[in-house]
Amino acid sequence: MAAYSEKVIDHYENPRNVGTFDKEDPNVGTGLVGAPACGDVMRLQLKISDEGTIEDARFKTFGCGSAIASSSLVTEWVKGKSVDEARQITNQQIAEELALPPVKIHCSVLAEDAIKAAIDDFRKKQAAKRSG
Amino acid sequence: MAIKLPIYMDNHATTPVDPRVLEAMLPYFTEVFGNAASRSHAFGWKAEEAVEIGREQVAALIGAKSPKEIVWTSGATEATNLAIKGVAEYYKDKGNHLITQKTEHKATLDTCKRLERMGYEVTYLDVDREGRVDPEAVRAAVTDKTILVSVMLANNEVGTVQPAREIGRVCREKGVLYHCDAVQGAGKVPFDVNEDFVDLASLSGHKLYGPKGVGALYVRRDKPRVRLTAQIDGGGHERGMRSGTLNVTGIVGFGKACEIARLGLAEEMRRINALRDRLEAGIFGRLDLLHLNGSKQHRVPGNLNVSFSYVEGEALMMALKDIAVSSGSACTSASLEPSYVLRAMGVSEDLAHTSIRFGLGRFNTEEEVDYVADLVVEKVKRLRELSPLYEMAKEGIDINSVQWAGGH
Repeated sequence: MAAYSEKVIDHYENPRNVGTFDKEDPNVGTGLVGAPACGDVMRLQLKISDEGTIEDARFKTFGCGSAIASSSLVTEWVKGKSVDEARQITNQQIAEELALPPVKIHCSVLAEDAIKAAIDDFRKKQAAKRSG
Repeated sequence: MAIKLPIYMDNHATTPVDPRVLEAMLPYFTEVFGNAASRSHAFGWKAEEAVEIGREQVAALIGAKSPKEIVWTSGATEATNLAIKGVAEYYKDKGNHLITQKTEHKATLDTCKRLERMGYEVTYLDVDREGRVDPEAVRAAVTDKTILVSVMLANNEVGTVQPAREIGRVCREKGVLYHCDAVQGAGKVPFDVNEDFVDLASLSGHKLYGPKGVGALYVRRDKPRVRLTAQIDGGGHERGMRSGTLNVTGIVGFGKACEIARLGLAEEMRRINALRDRLEAGIFGRLDLLHLNGSKQHRVPGNLNVSFSYVEGEALMMALKDIAVSSGSACTSASLEPSYVLRAMGVSEDLAHTSIRFGLGRFNTEEEVDYVADLVVEKVKRLRELSPLYEMAKEGIDINSVQWAGGH
């Protein structure tokens, strides 16, 4: 087990925005990434206004401390951002903020993927709403 | 009484030196410091005497007929290397085939892999869900080229005790040598090289409350007489089987540790079994969706290996920060693969990622067990609240039916 940075420990011990939104809500985008067999699964949910602003975020993560911290961190970062701004968040920024060691970089990659997956899900719902 | 933190529950990795062992060792650092190979003065003679007492104590623990059957090494890894490579080299004209099994320690598996690269053939037997080898599978794997079978006494991760006696009997019937890595079992469960038909056995000092840096290889001298090619050349110590100045203090401590283990075996088994059962009951009685890894019936007393479904092992260890345990999760190793031992037993990868090994030992107490059980229950519940998989499972979604994107 690698030594953890203080920020990882803080997010792990006091995770922000844990929880679940109704995934049927058309203004909620859900991203579920990773796989149990790999030891990491992140679910990130974003509540997005019709104008495309991320109003709130929730997560649940199965994974190591770095995976939990990465997802907790991004729930803080995305709030108040437009979906386009949120898409700019990179795994390097997450890894840097949490001082992740090389073996834990995949946790930050997963968090970046989760943001994109949640936004894609929201966009799909919006498109369905318009065409429907 | 307030509990003292951190709590050590990783006794499969190593054990603390028993104070009685330390006391026996101390004079051999400064007073009786001679080289056991010095034949010309009393310093050497006294050291040699201490080494021979140690040999008798180790021999007695495993029921060896003669102390001459004990060869000192730097530890069990060296003992296993010497056993397997030494036999393979010495008997190469007789055959080139070895048999082992998939949950062996890396000292055995990596030694076998090296031999394969050198042209030997190795059969890696499967184990059942409890981690046990079928002695009949050993019989079926023996060919006219087989020279050695290497199957451990007890596994270091799940504590499964192998049917050593039945395997030994098959080997004896078939006329092949039997090497048993007895590191995790000797001094913990009954083990007797004669009753169990063992021809070579690896032992380690620090797994039974002795010091690190000392081990031994039992090499049978009679019926059959086992021959080895030395793997370390030099002054011809240990009757030419292992050169190098003997670690006299280590040997004194290892010997004393074996004596304590032998005299207290039955009582200690009972006591540590009771502690382990208490820990197991304290955890299983208060959490759902748990899996016991290994064998309920055939395991060493101190072992409890549990998969806490939907909670990743390293995250749980982080929550148990004042408790020393270990995990079969990938995150604990340099590779991203979870425990090969659990995988060989048919434990799925996702469950392997959630496993924690508790290793109870001589110095654990009931108070510590209760503290750990309470903490584990509390932390698993907290992490399950964080786990999307637990939520899905509770909603009745079959995790295995989900199409998971992306691997690691």
